[in-house]
Amino acid sequence: MKIEFEHRQAAHCESGVTSNLLRISSNNKITEPLAFGIGAGLFFAQIPFITINNGPAIAFRTLPGHIFKRTCKSLGIAVTRKKFSSKEKAELFLRECLNNGRQVGCQVGVYYLPYFPKEYRFHFNAHNIIVYGMEADKYLISDPIMEHPTTMDSYQLERVRFAKGALAPKGHIYFPEDGGGITDEQIRQAIKNGIKKNVNTMLYIPGSFAGVKGIKTTGNKIKKWRDKLGLEKAGSYLAQMVRMQEEIGTGGGGFRYIYAAFLQEADAWLPGNRLAEISEMFTKAGDLWRTAAVQAAGIYKGRISSQEDFDLMGDYLIEISALEKEAFIALKKIKWQ
Amino acid sequence: MKKDEVPQDLGSLGKITKEVCYATDSTGKYVTQLSSGWDVKTKALDVAWDDIKKRVEHAREQVLNKTASPLLFFMEYRLMDITILAGYTGFWKWQVKRHLKPAVFDKLPEKKLQKYADAFNIKVEDLKSMTVHED
Repeated sequence: MKIEFEHRQAAHCESGVTSNLLRISSNNKITEPLAFGIGAGLFFAQIPFITINNGPAIAFRTLPGHIFKRTCKSLGIAVTRKKFSSKEKAELFLRECLNNGRQVGCQVGVYYLPYFPKEYRFHFNAHNIIVYGMEADKYLISDPIMEHPTTMDSYQLERVRFAKGALAPKGHIYFPEDGGGITDEQIRQAIKNGIKKNVNTMLYIPGSFAGVKGIKTTGNKIKKWRDKLGLEKAGSYLAQMVRMQEEIGTGGGGFRYIYAAFLQEADAWLPGNRLAEISEMFTKAGDLWRTAAVQAAGIYKGRISSQEDFDLMGDYLIEISALEKEAFIALKKIKWQ
Repeated sequence: MKKDEVPQDLGSLGKITKEVCYATDSTGKYVTQLSSGWDVKTKALDVAWDDIKKRVEHAREQVLNKTASPLLFFMEYRLMDITILAGYTGFWKWQVKRHLKPAVFDKLPEKKLQKYADAFNIKVEDLKSMTVHED
């Protein structure tokens, strides 16, 4: 069985899966940036007291699963999501969906993904792929971050759907129900809702570790890393931050460019609201994140190592924090035309 | 970032697939542009793997000194912690901790060793002898 499906590569797995699953019902209108923005995907947080892979727990995007959930909800599309304790039942349900001609999203762990390069295999369990059919005994897989579709056999797919550790997928499968199509008015309203949600998550989360305040807090922490952790460990911490920010699936600049692209598209849907102008602020933020990454690389490459270098690194983040704050306040103040 | 500034430094991912970046064209409009990698992040990934290699080597020494069982070596080799290993094997975390002791590990029955071998994607004999086959 093979379902009519066109693989489209995306920058980020979840917004990519979301826009690909909504392609038909939205008549191609929900692009990846729109899915990311409507799903209020932009974020920053450094979770205190927790380390991941022996480094800081820093996120540049919202929690896994939120983009799909929020985007569908905002567009008034009913969603089916299931998790399983039994591997057999999980596969049975998947086959049933495919038999009914349905393409489905699956949450998977990347560690045992056979087509991933070895260097990228970490125990990261919030990756998303689409399964769109079966040929012989192979499942047809559309992984949005890959250029081309690929396949997995039943054992390989089961292994990644039942990966273990933090955020274990537990066979998580999801898809939008067929609806009557998405109207332009729904899209306009969803864009407004998405912006409003993202303003809230970036400006008003209490505490100092998340949102624009979180960027500043991390900036200040970085200035202390050299003395507190020693050069080598501080370098590893910075390397981990850069990976979360720039690695595959971010679209570059810690998701800031993809958000800027969203605002630019949103401007075409809702003209007269200065969205294109605010988009440029996020482009600038993305550029600054990348400048900071170059500075960080100087440190973990061992090219620069003084306290001033760490201070400059921290100051970049403090500058970014101020810039993103200004941008989100501008979004907040919009009186929709 | 401008479209023609999207870096094209070939990294380990670039050999398998290019990745999508969002960048602006000459008129300032956002478009997607494929990138084969960026030196800054290739190096960041190298740093992560250097750290892992050090941990694996340290674990190997501990096993050879009989202060840890081969489980520790393969845990580090597979980037796992006790929680992840307990998840894959179905053992409790306290059991995994016990099995990390060489004396306990040496007496484990074949059936339990097989569970660990499956979790690490290796053979039982390789688990016992700490042998790695690159995959």
